[in-house]
Amino acid sequence: MSFTLPALPRERQLRLGLALLLGVLLFALAGPVLAPHAQDALVGQPYAPPSGAAWLGYDYLGRDVVSRLLHGGWTVLWMSLASALAALLVGAAIGILAGFAGRRTDQAIVWGTDVLLAFPDLILVLLVVSMLGREPGLIVLTVAIAFVPGVVRLARGVTMGVAKLEFVEAARLLGYPAPRILFREILPNIATPLLVHFGIMLTWAISMLAGLSLLGYGVAPPAADRGLMINENRAGLVLHPWAALAPVVLIGLFALGANLVAEGVSRLNARIGTQTRGNGHAG
Amino acid sequence: MTSQPFTRRGLLIGEDLEGRVALTVPSWLPWLLRRLLVGVATVFAITIIVFAATQALPSDPARVILGPEATEQAVAVLRGQLGLDRPLPVQYAHWLGDALRFDFGRSLDSDVEAVSIVRDRFGNSLVLMLLVLAVTIPLSLLLGVALAVRRDGRLDRVAMAGLILFKALPGFILAIGLILIFATNILPVLPAVSLLDPSRSPLAQPAYLVLPTVTLVLSILPFLVRLVRAGVIEVLEADYVAAARLRGLSERRLLWRHAVPNALVPTVQGIAMTARVLLGGAVIVEVVFSYPGLGSALNSAIEMRDIPVIQAITLLQAGLVVLVNLLADIVTVLLTPRLRTAARPTLKPGSRAAWKLSGGGT
Repeated sequence: MSFTLPALPRERQLRLGLALLLGVLLFALAGPVLAPHAQDALVGQPYAPPSGAAWLGYDYLGRDVVSRLLHGGWTVLWMSLASALAALLVGAAIGILAGFAGRRTDQAIVWGTDVLLAFPDLILVLLVVSMLGREPGLIVLTVAIAFVPGVVRLARGVTMGVAKLEFVEAARLLGYPAPRILFREILPNIATPLLVHFGIMLTWAISMLAGLSLLGYGVAPPAADRGLMINENRAGLVLHPWAALAPVVLIGLFALGANLVAEGVSRLNARIGTQTRGNGHAG
Repeated sequence: MTSQPFTRRGLLIGEDLEGRVALTVPSWLPWLLRRLLVGVATVFAITIIVFAATQALPSDPARVILGPEATEQAVAVLRGQLGLDRPLPVQYAHWLGDALRFDFGRSLDSDVEAVSIVRDRFGNSLVLMLLVLAVTIPLSLLLGVALAVRRDGRLDRVAMAGLILFKALPGFILAIGLILIFATNILPVLPAVSLLDPSRSPLAQPAYLVLPTVTLVLSILPFLVRLVRAGVIEVLEADYVAAARLRGLSERRLLWRHAVPNALVPTVQGIAMTARVLLGGAVIVEVVFSYPGLGSALNSAIEMRDIPVIQAITLLQAGLVVLVNLLADIVTVLLTPRLRTAARPTLKPGSRAAWKLSGGGT
């Protein structure tokens, strides 16, 4: 990454985003320890309102909403990270190949991404999830598939941009083997845009995973997953809003934090990018 | 990558991380033909994906139709009648032939033609989509230009922060928030669910359309406003605009004659990209509001493993995305004089993906 760490906290939005993400992470890690009840313990009346014993009331079955929130922070967190990471690795590999390979292969890969990009991503995910089933690992895989075409296009573009620069040409003339050129010359120079895109995918993954749970294709009950909690308690939204509202707020904060960080980092990157690009092309 | 102001103007439709995504191009007819050919090939590939995916669904249509009590023999006979015992490529060829004639067979769930279900729902979805676009496009142009003119001012900063909030929040959170505010205790003026009367046009029942429309508008508005704003700022800072300013052209003329028309090109591509986002986002919004559109129909078809309906809807949606992108590329060429008249126009591959990467997407 080409920006220095001290530059990070200067962006106010970036700082707010990092704080939110840190909060979400701590909540997920410490939650299960702090929760007063098990996530599936029936401890109160269905939809009982908030009280001293249960700050956010009870859900449609009479489970403590606070306990379920504390237990359930981890699923959307690891699943969104895993799907963004899987999409990054697979997509970058294919994209770099396309950027390196001949015209034919490149065109075939680009057309392939066009085909996949014709499906609205949630539709593709629904199609595959209904096929594969709702194991958490399979859901992660499916969400990753929907994001791969975007990564391929990005990785291809930046690879082509870097591959024609002087230092790559020099390495080629010096007779370095292709893997060395790839890992030592090209990869370090395309890492930043790919990492910025990773952040953006993370924000998409959060809303897609929560949306899947909301539609009933996410992790199976009685897990304390946030999207599932919204789904389960949606019937009571009008009269007993707290049981559905609390997970809504927490997903919202997570999504907002991830967005602010992704935005802040890409803005920083753009600023540094224009500086270096300007310098690089002056000569 | 030399960037002379005059090659940038008009040619520039966006910027991806490899640098400029430029449109340089042909007398546009060969381009159009090639573009159409690619579109057809894409739709063909989409049919293969849809067919393969629905084949892999863990259910047997014959068993679904006859129910769990039917004997194995009866199921086997029906499988023969439905052609399910033939090799897959043969089944695909038959299916494709029928699909081209808009025949997807009967819904496994409700025993009417799958296409008739889709037709009813498609009308409702189309009304919703067109309404969303009719609100979003003028609004994002106005807002984008207004913010670009006041860039880094107080209004700009407040609005941009607000837009980040709406961009960050998943569609269903906006939907639930709107329901809580406008359909429950706080300000109960609108219905929480869109129980359309199917015998009347959705437009005759506007109260049911308001919340779904507002949700979808809010979820795509940030992307488009930022696109317009960035486009206008880019042109306003270009050298040729500075030259025109020095020649004494009024700011108003600069804005409306130079900046806005040039910012329209990326906006057209951006709107095409939102088609994909809208169709996906509509599934969740339609389900949350119980709006009887394509998205909620797809959701229940998947639940019921109603393969003909799933096939018809996914093909229709993917086909729509291909069509919208094709139209957007044509409009882009028409809006850009250099492309319209240049000797050899070609859209660089990846130009549209650049939009997604520069902040589009969900």
